[in-house]
Amino acid sequence: MFLEIVTPEKKVFEGDADSATFPGADGSFQILNSHAPLISLLKEGVVEYKVKGAAQQVIITGGVVEVVNNKVILLADGVSA
Amino acid sequence: MANLKEVKGRITSVISTQQITKAMKMVAAAKLRRSQDRITQMRPFAQKLSSILQNLSSAQGDNSSDAWYSQVREEKKVLIVAISSDRGLCGSFNSNIFKGVLRVIAEKYQSQYDKGNVTILPIGRKAFEFFGKRKVNLVGDYSTLFSNLTFEQAAKAAEFLMTEFQAGRYDKIEIVYNEFKNVATQILRTEQFLPVKPPAQEGKKTSEVDYIYQPDREEIITGLIPKSLKVQLFKGLLDSNASENGARMTAMDKATENAGELLKELKLTYNRTRQAAITKEILEIVAGAEALKSA
Repeated sequence: MFLEIVTPEKKVFEGDADSATFPGADGSFQILNSHAPLISLLKEGVVEYKVKGAAQQVIITGGVVEVVNNKVILLADGVSA
Repeated sequence: MANLKEVKGRITSVISTQQITKAMKMVAAAKLRRSQDRITQMRPFAQKLSSILQNLSSAQGDNSSDAWYSQVREEKKVLIVAISSDRGLCGSFNSNIFKGVLRVIAEKYQSQYDKGNVTILPIGRKAFEFFGKRKVNLVGDYSTLFSNLTFEQAAKAAEFLMTEFQAGRYDKIEIVYNEFKNVATQILRTEQFLPVKPPAQEGKKTSEVDYIYQPDREEIITGLIPKSLKVQLFKGLLDSNASENGARMTAMDKATENAGELLKELKLTYNRTRQAAITKEILEIVAGAEALKSA
C-alpha cells in the first residue's frame, strides 16, 4: 500500500509501506494492505510503519488518516522524529 | 554650475544607497524563495484536508449547520484580521492592507463601526502601529507572529479566534491579506474566516466511496473544521509573507534602477563641471602667456 505522511510544514514520508499502526481516537489500530476505505481522527501518539520489513516511527501531536484505494494519507498536525 | 566637490559628495551618497538597496533586493529574493517553498510544502496538506472534508460532507445530507462554527448570527460585532509585515520598504504592500481594511469597514460595516463594534486584530508590526494610531479597538497580541512563523504559532492565533467566536464575542471574523500571485503582483484578499461557509457542493455527486468512520462522521467533521481553519490562517500568513518579500524585491529593484539613473545624471554633471573648470584654467594660462608675449 501507498503511505503518505504530511504536516502543514513538510512532507515526512511518501512511498510504499507494508503496514502502519495509528493512535486512533478510540484506540490504536493497524492498517494492512487493501484495507477498506476509512477516515479516522488520531490523537497524540506514535505512528509506526514498516517499509520492506524495517519498522520506522514518528510521533504525532494529532491528526487524521484517510484510507482509500489502497492509499493511506496521514495528515499530522505536528511531527517529532 | 554646481560645485565640483558638492556633486562628488552626492555621487558617493547615491552609490552607497544603491549598494544598500541592491543588498536588500538580494536578501528579499533569497527569503522569497524560502517562503515560496513553504507554500508549496503546505499545499498538499491543505488540498488533502479539503478533499477529505469534501468527501465527508458529500457522503450524507448536510446536517451540521447547527454546529458552532457555521452559526450565522446577526452581524453585531465584527473582527477583522489585518495581516501586514513587520518591516517597511516594500512598496505599497502595507498601505494596500490598510486601505483594504478601511474599505471593508466603510463598505460593509459602517453602522457597526459607528457604534464601535468593529475590532481589528493586527498581525505584523506595521498593522499594529497603523491601527494603534487610529480610533479602533485592537485585540490580541499577535503583532510579532512573523518573527517566528510556524504552524504552531498560526494555530494558536486561530484557536484564539475560534474561542472568541464560540463565546459570542464576535459574530463575524474576516481576514484581509495579500495573496501571492507572482513576484511582482499581490492580490488583496478579504476572506471570511468564521462562520465557516458550507463547502461548495460540486454537483450532487454522492460519494462513490463508502467510508468507515472512526469515531463517527459528526465527530470527525467537528475535529477537522478547526484544523482547516488553522490551515486557512496559516496559508494567509505564508501567502502574505511571500508577497511581502516579492513586493520588497520589486521595490528594491526599482530603487536600485532609479539610483543608477540618478548616478548617470550626476556623473554627467560632474564631468561637465570638471571639463568646464579645465577649459577655464587653460584659457587663463593661454591668456596669461599671450599677455606676456605681447608685453
